[in-house]
Amino acid sequence: MPEPLSIVVVEKDRERAQLIIAALREAGATEVFVIAEDTGLARRIAERRPDLVLVDIASPSRDVLEELALASGPLERPVAMFVDRSDAGLTRAAIEAGVSAYVVDGLRGDRIKPILDAAIARFHMFQKMRTELAATKAALEERKVIDRAKGLLMRARGIGEEEAYALLRKTAMDQGRRIADIAQALVTAAELLR
Amino acid sequence: MNRHVLPVGFIPLVDAAPLIVAQEMGFADEERLTLDLRRAASWSMLRDMLVFGQVDAAHMLSVVPVATALGLGGAMAGLEALMVLSLNGQVVAVSPALAGRMQAAGHGFDFTDAQAAGQALLAAGQGLRIGVPFPFSMHAELIHYWLDGMQPQGLTIHTVPPPHMAKALAAGEIDAFCVGEPWGSDAVERAGAALLLPGSAIWSQAPEKVLATRAGWAEAEPELAGRLMRALWRTARWLGDPANRLTASEMLARSDYLDLEAEVIDRALSGLLITAARGAELHVPQFLEYHAGAANFPWRSQAAWIGARLAGRFGLDVPQAIAAAKATFRSDLYRQHLGPAGAELPAASEKLEGASEVPTPAASNRGKLVLQRNRFFDGRIFDPMPAG
Repeated sequence: MPEPLSIVVVEKDRERAQLIIAALREAGATEVFVIAEDTGLARRIAERRPDLVLVDIASPSRDVLEELALASGPLERPVAMFVDRSDAGLTRAAIEAGVSAYVVDGLRGDRIKPILDAAIARFHMFQKMRTELAATKAALEERKVIDRAKGLLMRARGIGEEEAYALLRKTAMDQGRRIADIAQALVTAAELLR
Repeated sequence: MNRHVLPVGFIPLVDAAPLIVAQEMGFADEERLTLDLRRAASWSMLRDMLVFGQVDAAHMLSVVPVATALGLGGAMAGLEALMVLSLNGQVVAVSPALAGRMQAAGHGFDFTDAQAAGQALLAAGQGLRIGVPFPFSMHAELIHYWLDGMQPQGLTIHTVPPPHMAKALAAGEIDAFCVGEPWGSDAVERAGAALLLPGSAIWSQAPEKVLATRAGWAEAEPELAGRLMRALWRTARWLGDPANRLTASEMLARSDYLDLEAEVIDRALSGLLITAARGAELHVPQFLEYHAGAANFPWRSQAAWIGARLAGRFGLDVPQAIAAAKATFRSDLYRQHLGPAGAELPAASEKLEGASEVPTPAASNRGKLVLQRNRFFDGRIFDPMPAG
């Protein structure tokens, strides 16, 4: 039985961090630490002496880890971006999922793979959630604009809500544009004329 | 010529201007190019996006392609510089506490004399910790070049992401830093930092950012590379005209680019810097150069200087490192693509770095090339082709 891998996850968001830990535990990792602070990141990681560091690719703190890759003292363990040339596909998958992994030099690929696979799956889920959240937010914004445009039409032309919506929809179809765009144009114009 | 959408990466910094302005002002459009500008959060992320093909070109630290060629850092594929996007634009700043000690010891913060500033800095404290944005950056090289010869006691250099510089200084994680604008001015505003020197006081012609591509991409896509280079060269010419400064600051300030006050960005573009929270405005000549004096030409001697410095620090064979470094700055492709577009092409691809005290005419295709002042703070001259 090999020594358990020691993993550090750099993640500010508590909830995300817990989801990552859960996924890594399922993949067999037992020693997982979370660092949520940006300040003193290099020192905090060095103290933990991890085998593997996982960090969100969109974190500006990633560059701090590049510095750890240069550590060359006799007691320091170099941590490198996961650069197993035989498995560029895995690295690419990680980057596309939005996670970067820094692995201690010499650690064998077959020990890393299950962990990294689990991390990749988890980060894919985060990305999906992020996209969905953005889409929901955009839909809500559009709904608000359409409601405002409807209100403007109802007041200006003395028509009912359904009629106002039908007018917006017809205009959009005639012009080959989206209802939300027509509504936005109307709201903007009304603001300018006020 | 078909329209082409080219994914291009950048880091939100004032010197990302050539890529942003090329898209916004229609210089890319003139070449039937749409730049799909992808903002990256860190240099390592941008480097990986380039290596793995998520972008085809990127705004990149000039030192990164050279370091990659020397096997330093984590990149998995070679990178090369097709042109230089900007010279200088860095500032060195110190914490309020350190500034106080230096002032008490009689340092005048003249923002020009790097020799005096270095000595005052080292006299004010041992074991100084200096922040730079990336281990392989002109910032790190300038700090080493400036201070290594002054026998610093226990000085260490740490990587701090630029947006965190002010916070790291305020938290006492670092005592000083070297960073590109607007992050120095940001630390003046938010952490009471005092600007000590512009990078140009250490080397007045330091190549700061380059247009980087995967090695071989420009040869595989010659037509596309030419279009991109021409668009960026015309943008650089536009940025070099002081009349366009305010328009450029407004463009960069937008939330999808730098997301900062246009006024703070304008300080770097105008070279008018406010060096301390209650300090005066100082004009710095050659603070940040986008175009003048063949600034966009990727001189092989610039790459050689970077290669020689890295080799010295990491214990590599110097002549070998210089040869490998020179190959990453593609002055040949610059000549091929920008000569016909009207760029001033120097007769040589290497020059003595640090050898001109005043602007100096140099041989070129159109006979109108005047090289800018090119000096190191210590007056040394770097010969890219040492005898033997």
